[in-house]
Amino acid sequence: MTVQQISFYQTGTFTVGNRLLDEAQRTVQATVARANSLTSGHRACQGCGEALGARYAMDAAMHATQRQMVVVNATGCLEVFSTPYPETSWQVPWIHSLFGNAPAVATGVAAALRVKGRQDVRVVAQGGDGGTTDIGFGCLSGMFERNDDVLYICYDNEAYMNTGVQRSSATPPAARTATTPAMGDAPGNQFGQGKFLPEIAMAHRIPYVATASVADLRDLEAKVEEAIHLRGARYIHVMVPCPLGWGAASHDTIRLARLASECGLFPIFEARNGEVADVRKIRHRVPVEDFLKPQKRFAHLFDPEPDTRRIALIQAHADRNIQRYALLP
Amino acid sequence: MDKPFAITLDPGSSLANRTGSWRTLRPAYSDHLPPCNNACPTGENIQAWLYHAESGRYEDAWRALVRDNPMPAVTGRVCYHPCENACNRGRLDESVSIHAVERFLGDEAIAKGWTFEPPPQRSGKRVLVVGAGPSGLAAAYHLARFGHEVEIREAGPMAGGMMRFGIPKYRLPREVLDAEVRRIEALGVTIRLNAKVDSLLKARDEGGFDAAFVAVGAHLSKRAWVPAGEAARIMDALSVLRGVEMGEKPLLGRRVLVYGGGNTAIDVARTARRLGAEEAVIIYRRTRDRMPAHDSEVQEALDEGVMFRWLSTIKMGTDSAAGETFTIEKMALDDTGFPQPTGEFETIEADSLVLALGQEVDLSLLDDVKGLTLHNGVVKVDAHMMTDCPGIFAGGDMVPSERTVTVALGHGKKAARYIDAWLRGTRVEDTPKHSLASFERLNPWYYTDAPRTVQAELERARRESSFDEVVSGLNADNALFEARRCLSCGNCFECDNCYGVCPDNAVIKLGPGKRFSINLDYCKGCGLCAEECPCGAIDMVPESI
Ligand SMILES: Cc1cc2nc3c(=O)[nH]c(=O)nc-3n(C[C@H](O)[C@H](O)[C@H](O)COP(=O)(O)OP(=O)(O)OC[C@H]3O[C@@H](n4cnc5c(N)ncnc54)[C@H](O)[C@@H]3O)c2cc1C
Ligand SMILES: Cc1ncc(C[n+]2csc(CCOP(=O)(O)OP(=O)(O)O)c2C)c(N)n1
Ligand code: SF4
Ligand code: SF4
Ligand code: SF4
Repeated sequence: MTVQQISFYQTGTFTVGNRLLDEAQRTVQATVARANSLTSGHRACQGCGEALGARYAMDAAMHATQRQMVVVNATGCLEVFSTPYPETSWQVPWIHSLFGNAPAVATGVAAALRVKGRQDVRVVAQGGDGGTTDIGFGCLSGMFERNDDVLYICYDNEAYMNTGVQRSSATPPAARTATTPAMGDAPGNQFGQGKFLPEIAMAHRIPYVATASVADLRDLEAKVEEAIHLRGARYIHVMVPCPLGWGAASHDTIRLARLASECGLFPIFEARNGEVADVRKIRHRVPVEDFLKPQKRFAHLFDPEPDTRRIALIQAHADRNIQRYALLP
Repeated sequence: MDKPFAITLDPGSSLANRTGSWRTLRPAYSDHLPPCNNACPTGENIQAWLYHAESGRYEDAWRALVRDNPMPAVTGRVCYHPCENACNRGRLDESVSIHAVERFLGDEAIAKGWTFEPPPQRSGKRVLVVGAGPSGLAAAYHLARFGHEVEIREAGPMAGGMMRFGIPKYRLPREVLDAEVRRIEALGVTIRLNAKVDSLLKARDEGGFDAAFVAVGAHLSKRAWVPAGEAARIMDALSVLRGVEMGEKPLLGRRVLVYGGGNTAIDVARTARRLGAEEAVIIYRRTRDRMPAHDSEVQEALDEGVMFRWLSTIKMGTDSAAGETFTIEKMALDDTGFPQPTGEFETIEADSLVLALGQEVDLSLLDDVKGLTLHNGVVKVDAHMMTDCPGIFAGGDMVPSERTVTVALGHGKKAARYIDAWLRGTRVEDTPKHSLASFERLNPWYYTDAPRTVQAELERARRESSFDEVVSGLNADNALFEARRCLSCGNCFECDNCYGVCPDNAVIKLGPGKRFSINLDYCKGCGLCAEECPCGAIDMVPESI
C-alpha cells in the first residue's frame, strides 16, 4: 500500500476516497472513470456482497490492464444475476463457462492469446466458492500446478447461494444452510476441517495467493493490481457476505465482512511462492459472537440458550488464525 | 420482439432493468447538527469551519467562523469550550481541540491582517450599545454587518470589559484583544471611551438612536462581612485585577489569602503569585470537585504553586503585632453537599485577604426605564433578548444566564438579529434545527486513531515571575492535524464511501464540493451507503407507496 505523507486523520486510508487525497492516491472506486464492469440493473439482491466484490475486483483489473483483459466466469449467482440471456450487466469482454470448468476455459484463453502473440491482454477467471472449492476444484488445481497465466478470483459467500443456499466446502461449522438444517443435537454444518482454499493454493507454490474482503477496498484493489502484473497462476479469495444466505440485513454486508476479519475468522494476508508475505493486522479485535449474532444462519447458537461449547470452538478457530497469521498488531 | 422462434436475440444491457422498483427505503443525503455546533454559545458552525481548515484553507475557515463569532483569537483562549465536552470524538479517544484551532485561525487573521467584509448597504438606522464588553462588541459587530450605524458608549478607559479588567494577561494577551476590538471598529463601529451612560433613555433620545442594546456586565463585587481590625488589608478581587491592568501594583504582601471558589479566585491567586507573593492560598468552603472554577485553571494554578484549603471558611481577621491573622473555621459537607460549620477554628497569618465572592450588576442607568422586570439583581429578557421595555435589549452578565465571554458574545449576536428585525419591522425566520448528529449515527471504524494535539505551556519559573501567556498556540502544521481529527459529524465530507460501496452503482458523484446524488432508477434501497457513511450523513427514509 502507498504510504501517505500526511495522515488523513479524518478518514485515514480506510474510506474509499477522500477529497484531500491527490489523484495518485485515489482508489479506482473513488473515480468517475471506473469501468463499472458490473453495471446497474443487475438482478443481485439488495446489498449483495458478491456484486460489490466483483465490481471492485474487475474495475481494479480493468484499470490495471488498461482495459485489455478477458474474463471467464463460472456458473453461480454472479453469472445468473448478471447475465440472463440475452441481457448482460458486464462491461468487460466476458465468457460464460460451465460451473466446474472456468479455470480450464481460462487456461485455454490464455493459451490462445499466447499463440496469437497478445502479451498485453490478460486473463481473469472468477466464480463462487461452490464453483471454486468444490466443483471446479480439479481444474483449478491443474491450472495452479501448470502455472497457467491466469488470475483466478473466488468470491466466497460460504455456500451455493444461487441454487438456494446449499452447503459448500467453504461453509463454516455450525452454519445453517438448506442442506445443513438447524436441527438435531448438533444443528447446522458439521465441525469438520473445512476447506480453506487459499492455503491449498499456497501448497501449489504459485507466484501469488491473497485473501481480501469487501470491507477493505484499498487492500483489495492493491492486491488485484499486484496480481495482474505478475505472470503465471495467481489466486485471490474475496470474502463477500450474502444477506439472503446468511440471513442478515442488507445494510450489514460490509459490516459483517469487517467483523469476519476483525474477529480472526477470515485472515487477510498475501503469500508469494507458497510463503505468507504480508498480513493485514486486526484493528479492533472483537469476539466471534459479534460476527455470528447478526446472522440468522447462526441463530441456533444463541437461541434458546447460548451454545457456549460450540461458540468456544469457533472462537478457538479464530484464535488459531490470529496466532498462525500473527494478526494482532 | 418480432424475431422468429429459435433465433439469437440481440444482446442488451441490464441498464434497461429499473431495479430501483425493488426499493422500500430510499437513501437521502441530509445534514445533521454536529454536537459541537449545538453546544457553542455563539452558534458557531464549527464542523463547517474545520472542514475548510482541513484542507489548509485557513482564511475561508476564519471567514466561516466569524460569521458567528467576531473574536476567535479571544475565545480560542478564554472560552471554556462547551463544544469540546460535546464533541463526538471524545467517545472515540479525545475530543477535537476545537479551541486550539479556533485560536490558531484567530491569530492567523491578526497576523495576516484579514478584515471583515463591509456591510452590503446602510439601513439608515442608529443603534446605541452600552458597554464595550464581549456582549456589546458582538452586538455592535453583527448590527454593523446588517448595515446599521452603531455607537458603543463605554464607561471605562479601554474597550473589552471583563476581558480586559478581569481576565489576566497571562491568559489573554492584550495585543490579541486590542487587535480583535480594532477590527470591529474598522467595520465602522464607533466606540466612545470614558463615556458612562447614567440614564439610558436620556442617552438614547438625545443621541437619536432607534434602538438600544445594554450590556454593562456585572462589576460590583459582592462583599462578605469579615470583621477585621483596622490594619487588616482586605480587598476585592476585581479591584486587584483592575489595578494590575491599570498599571498599579496592588500591595498584597508575602502571604495572600483568597476567599472564594470561582475562576476569579483562581485568577487573583495566580496574579498574586506573579506580583511576588510567596504564598497564595485559596480558602474555599467545599471540596475541589464542587468548585465552580474550571478544572484546567485549578490545575494551572496548582502547577504555579497556588495552595488550596478546602472545606474552610474565613471567620474574622484581627490585628496582631506579628502581622494580620485570620481565623478559619473548618466546614463539613452535609448530605446535600452544602457546607456546614463544624466549630473547629484555626488562625493563620497573612498579609492580605482578597475576596472573590462574585459580582453584582449596577443597574442604575436603567432606573428611569419603566416596567423592567428584575430577577435576582439581573434584568429579565424575552427569547428575543428584549427587555420588557420595547426597543431596549440587553445581554451578557446583566441578564439571567451563565457568565462567560462566549455566552456574552452569543447574546450579542442573538440580540443583533432581533434588533435588526425590530428596526425593519420584519420577523426573524427561524430555520428549523437539523436533528442531532449523535455518536450512534457514526461509523467510527473509518477514522484512524489520532491523539489530540497538546498545547505547550510556559515553564513554571517564567509563569511565577511574568505575565507572559501561559498556554501556547498551534502552528500551521499541527492545526491542520488537529482540524483533520474532526469526524465531520452528520455532514458529508466527500470520502466517496457511499459512491464506492453501492452494489448497484446507484450513487452519482457530482464532482468536488458538489457531493452526491442517488440514481433512483437503480437504487435497490439496501442501505449500505447509509450504514457505511462514516459521519452519518445519509438517512434511509421509507418510500411512499
Ligand atoms: C476575573 C474574571 C475572569 C474571567 N475569566 C473568564 C474566562 O476565562 N472565560 C470566560 O468565558 N469568562 C470569564 N469571565 C467572565 C466574563 O469575563 C464575563 O462573563 C463577560 O466579560 C461578560 O460580558 P459582558 O459584555 O456582559 O460584560 P463586561 O465584560 O463586564 O463588559 C461590560 C462593559 O460595560 C461597561 N459599563 C458598565 N456600566 C456602564 C455604563 N453605565 N455606561 C457605559 N459603560 C458601562 C463596563 O465598563 C464594561 O466595559 C471572567 C470574569 C472575571 C471577573
Ligand atoms: C455441474 C453443475 N452442477 C450444478 C449446477 C447447478 N448450480 C448452478 S449455480 C450453483 C451454486 C453456485 O454456488 P457458488 O459457486 O458458491 O456461487 P454462488 O451462487 O454462491 O455465488 C449450482 C449448484 C450446475 N450449473 N452445474
Ligand atoms: S468530531 Fe468534529 S463535527 Fe463532530 S463534534 Fe467533534 S468537532 Fe464537531
Ligand atoms: S447502496 Fe446503493 S442500492 Fe443501496 S441504498 Fe445506497 S444507493 Fe441504494
Ligand atoms: S459516505 Fe462519505 S461521501 Fe458519502 S455521504 Fe457519507 S461522508 Fe459523504
